[in-house]
Amino acid sequence: MTPSTVVAWITEGTWQATVDAAARAAAGLDPVELVLLHVVDAEISEALHGAFGGLLGRGGRDRDPGDAVASLADAESAQLLAAAESRLGRPARREVRVGRVEREVVAGCVGATLLVCARDGDHSRLGPRSLGPHTRFVVDHAPCAVLLIWPDETPGLRSIPPPPPPPRPH
Amino acid sequence: MRTGAARPLSRSRRLAGLACPGASGVAAVISGAAAGLVALALLAAVLAFAMAQPKGLPEATVAVPAAALTVLLGLVSPAEAVRKARELGPTVGFLAAILVLAHLADAEGLFGWLGNQLAVASAGRPTRLLGLVFVAASVTTAVLSLDATVVLLTPVVFGTAATLRLRAKPHVYACTHLANSASTLLPVSNLTNLLAFAASGLSFAAFGALMTLPWLLAIAVEYLVFRWFFRPDLGDPVGVGHVVPAAGWGAAVPGFALAVIGLTLVGFGVSGAFGVEPVWVAVVGAAVLAARALVRREIGPVRLVRAASPLFCLFVLALGVVVTGVTEHGLGAAITALVPIGDGPSLPVLLAVAGLAALLANVVNNLPATLVLLGALGPGAHPGFVLAVLLGVNIGPNLTYVGSLATLLWRRVLAGGQAAPTLREFVRLGAVTVPACLVVAVLALWLGLTVSRGWLV
Repeated sequence: MTPSTVVAWITEGTWQATVDAAARAAAGLDPVELVLLHVVDAEISEALHGAFGGLLGRGGRDRDPGDAVASLADAESAQLLAAAESRLGRPARREVRVGRVEREVVAGCVGATLLVCARDGDHSRLGPRSLGPHTRFVVDHAPCAVLLIWPDETPGLRSIPPPPPPPRPH
Repeated sequence: MRTGAARPLSRSRRLAGLACPGASGVAAVISGAAAGLVALALLAAVLAFAMAQPKGLPEATVAVPAAALTVLLGLVSPAEAVRKARELGPTVGFLAAILVLAHLADAEGLFGWLGNQLAVASAGRPTRLLGLVFVAASVTTAVLSLDATVVLLTPVVFGTAATLRLRAKPHVYACTHLANSASTLLPVSNLTNLLAFAASGLSFAAFGALMTLPWLLAIAVEYLVFRWFFRPDLGDPVGVGHVVPAAGWGAAVPGFALAVIGLTLVGFGVSGAFGVEPVWVAVVGAAVLAARALVRREIGPVRLVRAASPLFCLFVLALGVVVTGVTEHGLGAAITALVPIGDGPSLPVLLAVAGLAALLANVVNNLPATLVLLGALGPGAHPGFVLAVLLGVNIGPNLTYVGSLATLLWRRVLAGGQAAPTLREFVRLGAVTVPACLVVAVLALWLGLTVSRGWLV
């Protein structure tokens, strides 16, 4: 029997809740492969290469902060996924992708049964602002089922603004 | 060997013959529009090489021969070239001293310490970290120049955000933005300022006084835009046990470096009162840190010389000569025709000058843009115009993330068919901050010029 694949998209700030939700989702599936996915945003190091290029090469290429940040990012990514796996408490495949965050996540979900991810915007009220642009893209384009969690307490229904008043009868 | 030596000789004779005004019709061959085109082609070659840096060769490789050619072709007289080099010499020395000062402060552990302070003071909260990064990046840029912010501070800020498990993007982009938009305060904050400082005729203190309000307001605009633009990324992290560093975490206070930088700043401020050129204050500050590092064997003489970027300094001198050729053959007149600077620094004219400067900085790069515009303004221009040019060339480059369209196109070429990240987010951010910062900063400059008329300018 082919194992189900559950991908947990690990991001800074909300990773613990995502790991917990992925563990719960995987508990009912057997056999199951868990993937901890983290994406290094290539825009950041590219922006730094650019800023350094704007200095017209002062100080030589070995001082390019874009390179420094790219290697720092790889190291931090490995640490974050190690922390996530240790919280998960069971073996998982760690996957680091580099590129445009939203597109890499979607690409990382090909063949998966389920993607688990957290709302990354305003989590104090229900509504569209609870999704940042990356998560919105992922939810809209994911090629598998999506479990979209609130990273902390789920806001109450009262956080939805009241509906507009009904039109006055003429 | 003989034939190899003979070739360049005959060629240089030919060029010398062309250049000599009295001889065989030089003026007819290279004059008027042709001279302007040749000068522009030389500048284009210098800049293209500097941006591409094939095989990592230094920028001076093409700039120095191009400067020599500018003189040999008679585009700039030898006397004028020497005068230009003399004028730029102290500026370039000033830049070298500041680069060394920043490098040695980093070797003393200044930036590692700063990163730890940011982590502790932010208490792991993204909005607080952003505020602190704004302060750190603005002050670093103002005091140690934008180079220090881009090369030394930004990786530290990234590391701090990553250690705190916070999204790094708003903080890193704050550094790259402020390296430009907060580089307006002091002559030492940006090479462009150093180049303009001599031309402005202002004292170090007067320059800083006039630029304080534009600097503060541009930073405030950046901050407001960043808080709005990155609001999804600035939410507090959720879940138990997110990283909150304790006080006393990390490196020791780099007291010596901080003291030297502080005293150097005070020295800049009072240099005018004692009739000392501020470049000497920078040299003394750098020398004190260098002496200590050399005695303690923390740096060798070779690395010390490399920190001063001598080849880059040579590039600036050569670029100055090449740009003089361009401004003296049409471009200078064309630029002054665009803005009516004869009418004095009224608000609309200041806005036009800053806008033009921002545009030019985005087309080429702000270094040649500054040289071209200063050449066009000519000696004795009102300091208000010089400062407006600086607001434009310093704030403007945030519009294209690499500082200029030329560099952007080159990076596209380098990436070939591979899709290099398009950085739409960064470009959108610049499209919001640059016009807003520029308008607010020019308004503040105009206000400062109006209030201080008679005693500062």
